[in-house]
Amino acid sequence: MTIESLVWFIPLPPLLAFFIIILITNRWKRASHVIAIGAAMLSWLASMAIYWYANQVEHLGEHPISSSIPWLPIGDTWLTVGVQIDPLAAVTLFFVAWTVLMIFIYSVGYHNYGQPKGDHDRPGIPPHGATISDVQGHMHKVPSIEPMYSRFFAFIGLFAFGMYLLVISDNLLTLFIGWEIMGLCSYLLIGFWYAKLSARAAMIKAFLTTRVGDVFMLLGIAYLYSVTGTLNYRDILHNPEVLHELGTTASGFLGLSVAGLVGLLLFIGAVGKSAQWPLHVWLPDAMEGPTPVSAMIHAATMVSAGVYLTLRIFPLLATGMEHGHLTPTMQVVAFIGAFTALFAATIAIAQNDIKRVLAYSTISQLGFMFAAIGIGAYIAAAFHLVMHAFFKALLFLGSGSVIHGVEHGVFHTGENVDPQDMFNMGGLRKKMPITFITFLIGGLALAGFPLITAGFWSKDEIFADAFGHNHTAVFITLALAALLTAYYTMRQITLTFLGEPRSKAADHASENVWTMTVPLIILAIFSLVLGWVGIPEDFPVVGNIIPNYAHEFVGETLLVEPKPVTFNFVPLITSIVVSLGGLGLGWLVYRKTKAGAADPQERVLGAVYTLLQNKYYFDELYDFLFVRPAYWVAEKFSYLWMDRKIIDGFLNWIAHLTSLIGNFLRNFIDMPIINGFGDWIGESTKKLSAILRPIQTGRIQQYMILALVTVAGFTALFYYLLVYGR
Amino acid sequence: MVPISWYLIFAAALFCIGLFGVLARKNAIAILMGIELMLNAVNINLVAFWRYGTPRDISGQAFAVMVFAVAAAEVAVGLALFISVYRRRRTVAADEIDLLKW
Repeated sequence: MTIESLVWFIPLPPLLAFFIIILITNRWKRASHVIAIGAAMLSWLASMAIYWYANQVEHLGEHPISSSIPWLPIGDTWLTVGVQIDPLAAVTLFFVAWTVLMIFIYSVGYHNYGQPKGDHDRPGIPPHGATISDVQGHMHKVPSIEPMYSRFFAFIGLFAFGMYLLVISDNLLTLFIGWEIMGLCSYLLIGFWYAKLSARAAMIKAFLTTRVGDVFMLLGIAYLYSVTGTLNYRDILHNPEVLHELGTTASGFLGLSVAGLVGLLLFIGAVGKSAQWPLHVWLPDAMEGPTPVSAMIHAATMVSAGVYLTLRIFPLLATGMEHGHLTPTMQVVAFIGAFTALFAATIAIAQNDIKRVLAYSTISQLGFMFAAIGIGAYIAAAFHLVMHAFFKALLFLGSGSVIHGVEHGVFHTGENVDPQDMFNMGGLRKKMPITFITFLIGGLALAGFPLITAGFWSKDEIFADAFGHNHTAVFITLALAALLTAYYTMRQITLTFLGEPRSKAADHASENVWTMTVPLIILAIFSLVLGWVGIPEDFPVVGNIIPNYAHEFVGETLLVEPKPVTFNFVPLITSIVVSLGGLGLGWLVYRKTKAGAADPQERVLGAVYTLLQNKYYFDELYDFLFVRPAYWVAEKFSYLWMDRKIIDGFLNWIAHLTSLIGNFLRNFIDMPIINGFGDWIGESTKKLSAILRPIQTGRIQQYMILALVTVAGFTALFYYLLVYGR
Repeated sequence: MVPISWYLIFAAALFCIGLFGVLARKNAIAILMGIELMLNAVNINLVAFWRYGTPRDISGQAFAVMVFAVAAAEVAVGLALFISVYRRRRTVAADEIDLLKW
């Protein structure tokens, strides 16, 4: 088996797992998770093999591992689809494989495999606990196994297929196919507990919002195809003539070049998928799904797909860039990214639900990445993408572990508190030590704690690039966002783990099974050490010990390898100050929060706090601008007026007309003419017979007289004809 | 000899009188008498044609004798029928025997 066919193989095991679980093993939970995890493991092995191999190849950017087949005959030529592993795809494959495998394993424990069936559990509602009795006959409520266990693994298997397909593909068409498959799985998994109204609303919101982005993306793909006649990366993005051509032809729209317009349209698709402003509204609601879903889809992989796409089309965005002067599309990307980073970070500081903080954090961090791409810091963005996947997945899985632990406390004490509200937690560092340590590591990585965490190196890279190329507005915005990031992270950690328990449920929380904690540990290790592959070479003290792998390897993807930015103390100091400052501030404000106390921010920020907690009322705005009119059109216009009044009215009128014609024909033609004719024949026959009947008198003499007359008549006739006529 | 037409006219007249009797008389016996008259008229016709046509051939006379016999037999049968009818219907008037009326 060649290395290329191994690449083709990577997405197949999860797809096979999906079909097998759906069709065969749906009833057997253990078989389902074995198949799913087995498939994830196969794909992980293949991905690691490819990654190792890819690192052996010299100049992978110029000779990527590729293979393609002619797929769709179009006129004289074929549309070819295939796989391509260049450095960007290789590192993406690396983090996708690891996070997918970790989350698959975590899901076994999260969905309470091995626990008894719940008392009132039915498919569609989250498990509510089972009552069991122990040796002394005491009744305990314990977590119960998810009724739709197999269905979950089937869906995440399909999702893994979609993501792998997107990563290994060598053209925009199969990328889009993988993109849409992931959109479908996101829809299905957000609404996994479909009996909950909030979950149903969230799933529709997610799908429709990303659809808006997808429409523009499809426009971009179609436009690109119509201009170049191909969708293959190699032919468009690695080809200087094509890029130059696209970059200099005017598209006639907003003064953009063709490349700029295509890049903008594709970027809008990424805005939808990666939940950037203004299409960010679906991601916080997507937290309705089970936490492994939030971790995988909405933190590590699917939302990363938007960044991956933008990294892929970076040559299109950057063509025409001279001496660091950003193209219009790049300016848009940078603006949206930086704005979203700050915007989402401000909302995150006022959220109380542990998962929502992380959701806004994801939106904010993705904004960092887009801002980096927008200012041309390709490697920094890719580096931050990989690091973020690990520590964000870790944080989400950690939050799932926390929620599970508090739920255990809820079952134990019977207290009716929201297990996801951070203000009901506290002191969990003693009850759930592994979760605490790993969450702390993830949180420090997110906040960019200096030197030892992965997040520091990647964020520092972005700051350095922004400062080094004099993009001051972006630099300041991102610095502020980083400050808020550190602040809300420490807020989250302090409220959840430090201090004393603020509710009985938190007091009775307990650590979780190994299937949940081992993935946390593995991801925590990555969050610590992985950053060291990207240490800039001229960094004081620690630079040059390890070669800057990120720069050398990932940089090869582009035609023109970016030059590393020269070291400057300003971004470094800024990075350390905002990180430690934010962490310290968060700890100071929240370390003494008592049970039932209000958020201290409320008093300080006042009306601003309400604005932030209500997410700047964007949901309400969109509801007013788009959702209500859509409902109006659907209900009043299309349904009541067009369908009922006009279409049904027309059809009813035709029916009425038909019945009029029918009645006319019946009453004026059928009855009198046709029936009448039949009746007339019958009646006239009767009348005739009544007239002729009296001839039969029964008197024989009369008959004889008649016979005589007839004979005489015939004689006369024959005499006339035969004798006289001659 | 008188011309044959005298005999033929005479036989025709007799036949018509007999026919009239059959058609117009109420009493069944009278009808039978009319039938006899018709048969006798036929006989006269036969004999006339024999005498004036082939006098030497005896078949004319033999035919007339056969007609007599048939007439007698027929009258016997007719009378028997009338007796049967009278026993049923208590009448011999022809126009009262009208069961074949519609």
